[in-house]
Amino acid sequence: MITILRKELADYFTSIRCFILFLLVILASAAGLYAAYQGIRGAGSGTSFVFLRLFITSGEVMPSLVTFLTLFVPIIGIALGFDAINSERSSGTLNRILSQPVYRDSVINGKFLAGIVTLAIMIAATMLIVSGYGLRMIGVAPSAEEIIRLFIYFVFIIIYGAFWMGLAILFSVLFRRIAVSLLSAIAVWLFFGFFYINMIVPATAKTVETALMLMRLSPNTLLGEATMVLLLPQWRGVGLLTAGEEITSYMLPNPLSLGQSILLVWPQLTALIALTAICFAVSYVVFMRQEIRAT
Amino acid sequence: MSKKIVVETKDLTKRYDGVMVVDHLNLHVAENEVFGLLGPNGAGKTTTMLMLLGLTEPTSGTARVFGFNSTRKPLEVKRLAGYLPEKVGFYDNLTARENLKFIAQLNSISDTESERLIEQTLEAVGMADMADVTAGKFSRGMKQRLGIADVLVKKPKIAILDEPTAGLDPEGINQILDLIASLSQTGTTVVLSSHRLYEVQRVCQSIGILSKGKMVIEGSLDQLSRDALAEGRYRIEVETTQSSPQLIEVIGKISGIRRVEAKGNLLQISADSDLRAEIARAVVQSNVPLIQMKIQEFSLDEIYMKYFKEG
Repeated sequence: MITILRKELADYFTSIRCFILFLLVILASAAGLYAAYQGIRGAGSGTSFVFLRLFITSGEVMPSLVTFLTLFVPIIGIALGFDAINSERSSGTLNRILSQPVYRDSVINGKFLAGIVTLAIMIAATMLIVSGYGLRMIGVAPSAEEIIRLFIYFVFIIIYGAFWMGLAILFSVLFRRIAVSLLSAIAVWLFFGFFYINMIVPATAKTVETALMLMRLSPNTLLGEATMVLLLPQWRGVGLLTAGEEITSYMLPNPLSLGQSILLVWPQLTALIALTAICFAVSYVVFMRQEIRAT
Repeated sequence: MSKKIVVETKDLTKRYDGVMVVDHLNLHVAENEVFGLLGPNGAGKTTTMLMLLGLTEPTSGTARVFGFNSTRKPLEVKRLAGYLPEKVGFYDNLTARENLKFIAQLNSISDTESERLIEQTLEAVGMADMADVTAGKFSRGMKQRLGIADVLVKKPKIAILDEPTAGLDPEGINQILDLIASLSQTGTTVVLSSHRLYEVQRVCQSIGILSKGKMVIEGSLDQLSRDALAEGRYRIEVETTQSSPQLIEVIGKISGIRRVEAKGNLLQISADSDLRAEIARAVVQSNVPLIQMKIQEFSLDEIYMKYFKEG
């Protein structure tokens, strides 16, 4: 498996695809920084967690870095996984590898791990670029708590990316044609990103509770909630602490402690991991049972 | 035969959606021989090979390679066997050397050892000067050769080659066939599939003919041609100006003649060897003017066609 992991990593880092994705990362970092530069003076004054503001402050027109990441990470995940298996199948390399003394699962494990490593490097790069330049810009060092919060957010966004990559790999196992697997992955992404919360949920859910439940089936919602809790400790989300909106107005706008924040996002973390695991497990099982014939 | 049997299948059967692709196949390959699996397209050659390697699960029956059950212990089999798929593919962004290196790593061959092996195998397939060209630039024939190198680099005890000469030009075919023939001398058993007979005839010691998933015939090449052509390996046609029953009798008495049949002025003679000189002498001695004499040697082609008609 290590051999396959190494080869896949080498492939990723030398591919044009990865170069483009890195450009995207740099662009996102620059845009996020610019947004923070525009907005941070008004938003950050007088509150704690100034450093975290770098990540969630949006500018006049520019959305915040977190918004960028939420948008780009699925694209990166899909781009890394959509042709994982079917390109090997169509180029005839799959049966050549599988006729070597390796377990069949190490092929898919190696690919998945290599994708996660690449993803982690990209996201870490973005966050470090923003942190570094942000530090110069605002001149406020992050506290230990802020670093921990950012790290948990980092874990979250990697799992979020891993979900999309797992989904893309699943489609690459299911569909023989690369175009089909890519389009299916993008279709799912569009569905959750735009149609699910804005159209399907309001149309089907009768009460706030069911609406929340339905919304939390979407990985986007899970990440969104976790992001807010982790990076904006003052934030009180609908249904996170409280059942309804009427109580929110009575609450003091005090930041939550780190422990409480982690406790709050625990279900979101579990759900995201579960979604990723399901995607991966299904592709794993299908791949293990699949016929290897090229035709 | 006292030779060790290294590949053995027992009632190997594979059914895809109710279609019998391989039907109770019993196959035996002795150590260090080149075994040719023959048959038309769709006869089940590729499926048989995949089952031998444990890449496809048989519906019923067993396949054993060097005593390892291919379905239960595929890793052991894959450690010993090198496989060249019908449609071989390489990572287009990697060079020939890197492609081979990856395979060597998957076989846990050490770096120093693999470097030597790669050099050696690329030399053997005549691609030493292309070692650092990316595989994407290779022609079909080059890829096929690299595929053979890919099989050799792991030093297999048995090489399973699916249509190793498909898509090659005549010169390429010859080179590959020579390479295959040399393999059995260096202690590698070869199982190859083909639907081109003359290739198989050239390198194989034994063959098996598959038709619709069934083994029609199996055995060593010499024995097969003897059995199949019980009527004689050579067919000689003699045309004379007139028919002569006496001549038929004389020719029939020459040793090695199996059968003589007269059709008007035309004599059709089956013989074990090329007896044209003897026949000519008999014709001349019996004072029948000879017009022409033709000889036809029966090769595996005819055996093949013969069995295919039956199948």
